[in-house]
Amino acid sequence: MRQAKALVFAAALTPFLWLVRGVVSGDLGTDPVETIAQVTGVSALACLAATLAVTPLRRLTGWNAMIRLRRMLGLFAFFYALLHASDFFVFDHMLSVPSILEDVVEHPWVLFGFTALLLLVPLAVTSTSGWVRRLGGKRWQRLHRLVYVIAPLAAAHYYLAVKRDVTWPTVFAVVFAVLLLARFVGRPARALRRGPLPSSGPER
Amino acid sequence: MLIRRPPDIPPREITPERLFWDRRRFVGALGQGLGALAIGAVTPGIAACSTGERLQQGDDKLTPWDDVTGYNNFYEFGTGKGDPKRNAGSLRTRPWTVRVEGEIAKPATYALDDLLRPFPAAERIYRHRCVEGWSMVVPWMGFPLRDLVKRLEPTSRAKFVEFTTLHDPAQMPGQRSDILAWPYVEALRLDEALHPLTLMVTGVYGKPIPNQNGAPLRLVVPWKYGFKGGKSLVRIRFTERQPATTWNVAIPHEYGFYANVNPEVDHPRWTQARERRVGELFRRKTLMFNGYADQVASLYAGMDLRVNY
Repeated sequence: MRQAKALVFAAALTPFLWLVRGVVSGDLGTDPVETIAQVTGVSALACLAATLAVTPLRRLTGWNAMIRLRRMLGLFAFFYALLHASDFFVFDHMLSVPSILEDVVEHPWVLFGFTALLLLVPLAVTSTSGWVRRLGGKRWQRLHRLVYVIAPLAAAHYYLAVKRDVTWPTVFAVVFAVLLLARFVGRPARALRRGPLPSSGPER
Repeated sequence: MLIRRPPDIPPREITPERLFWDRRRFVGALGQGLGALAIGAVTPGIAACSTGERLQQGDDKLTPWDDVTGYNNFYEFGTGKGDPKRNAGSLRTRPWTVRVEGEIAKPATYALDDLLRPFPAAERIYRHRCVEGWSMVVPWMGFPLRDLVKRLEPTSRAKFVEFTTLHDPAQMPGQRSDILAWPYVEALRLDEALHPLTLMVTGVYGKPIPNQNGAPLRLVVPWKYGFKGGKSLVRIRFTERQPATTWNVAIPHEYGFYANVNPEVDHPRWTQARERRVGELFRRKTLMFNGYADQVASLYAGMDLRVNY
C-alpha cells in the first residue's frame, strides 16, 4: 500500500513538476499563461476522475485498500484547480475582484468553473481524519457527495471554454458520467436498501 | 541542369532593423508633416503602422518569427496551435492555380505566378487579433487586394468577394475530420475588399510565407478577427449575394459575417474587451477595429455592430 501511495503521489505531482521546470527554464511555449491553464485544468479533471474511480474500481476488484488513495487524489484535484484559478485570476484579471466577478456573472464557463472551485473548498478542508470524526461518517459522506455536482460543473466548464474541438471535453464528460453511473449500477440491491456501504466511508 | 531561382534576399536582410525603424519613423514624421491625406492615400499600411500613436506607445513590437510561424490556427492541419507547423509539410504550393470567377469581366484560372506578377509585394506591419483573445504583430509581405480586384474588373453586380481555401485531405490532414465544413470559405463586402488596408499576403518577415501560415497566398484583414483571413487560396469569386462563410455556418450566433474586432461586443462565451499579446503575461485592452478605427470605421457608418457582429 505504501508503494502504491508513493506511486500515485509521484504520478499526480508530475504535471506540476513539468510546469515548474517550464517556468524555471522559460520554456512553456508561445503563451505560457495558456499552457499553465491547460495543464492545470486537465490535471484537475484527471485527478477528479481518478477520485471518482476509486469506489467503482474497489467494488470491481475487491481491493478495498484502494480507498486509502482517495483523499490524496481528491486533494490533488483541489491543488490543480486552485493553480488553474490562480493563473486565471492573476494573469487574466490582475487580481481585480470586480473584474473577476463581472466575468463570473457574464460568462457561464467562468461561473461553472468558479462554482466548482468554491464547492471543492469545504471538501478539501474536511478531508482530514479529525473532520471526519467531528462530522460523523454519515454527515461527512453526505457533504462529500458534493463531488457529484462538482464533476458535471467542471466538465461543462471545459466544454464551454473550447472554441470548436470538443474532443477532450467530451472524453471527460463521458468518463465522469460513467463513473457516476457506475455507483448506482454496480451497487448490490441489498446494500441500496440498507443505505451506504460501511466500507465506502473515508480513509481512517 | 541550371535551376533558375528568383533572387531571394529578403528585405529584412538588406535593411538592418534599426535603420528600418528609423526609416519608418522618418516616413511617419513625414506623414504627420505632410498631413495624413497624402501618405494615407499612397501607402496606407505605413500610415496605419507608423503614425504617432504606434511609435509613441512603442508597445507594438514585432512578434518573433517562431511564434508567428509556430502558433496559429489552421484547422486544415489540426486544431492545436502547434499542429499547423507540425503538419503543413504535406502541402505542395507549386504548381498552384487560382480560379477567379463570378461577377468579373473575364473569369479564368491563373497559374499563381501569372496572377501575382503585376503586384510587387511590400512589407506591411499589422496587428493580428484572434477571436480567441490573443494577438500578435506581424510583418506581412503582400499587396493590396484592391489592386488585384481592379485588374479583374468586377461587374456592377459584384457586391461581395469570396475566398476559398484548398480542399485536399491528402495534403491537409485536418480535412479528414469534419470539424468544419470544408472547403474553408471566407468573404468580404466589396468595399471592404477594396479598402487599402486589405492585403493579399505572400510572405512574412521578408520570406515566402510558410505553409502553416497559408502559403502560397492568403488574405489578411487587420481590423477583423483572424479567421476572416482565408489561407492557401485557390478561388476568388465575386458575387451579388453575401456568401456563406465557414465559421458563420458552423456556429452562427458566435461568428458573424463581419467579425470586426470590437471590444464592446463580446463573444457569447467570452469577453472580447481584452487580449493577450503573445509574449506578454497580462492582458491589454482590445482596440476598436483592432486600432484601425480611423481608417475603417466609416465602412460601417450607421450599422448596428451588435447585430452585424
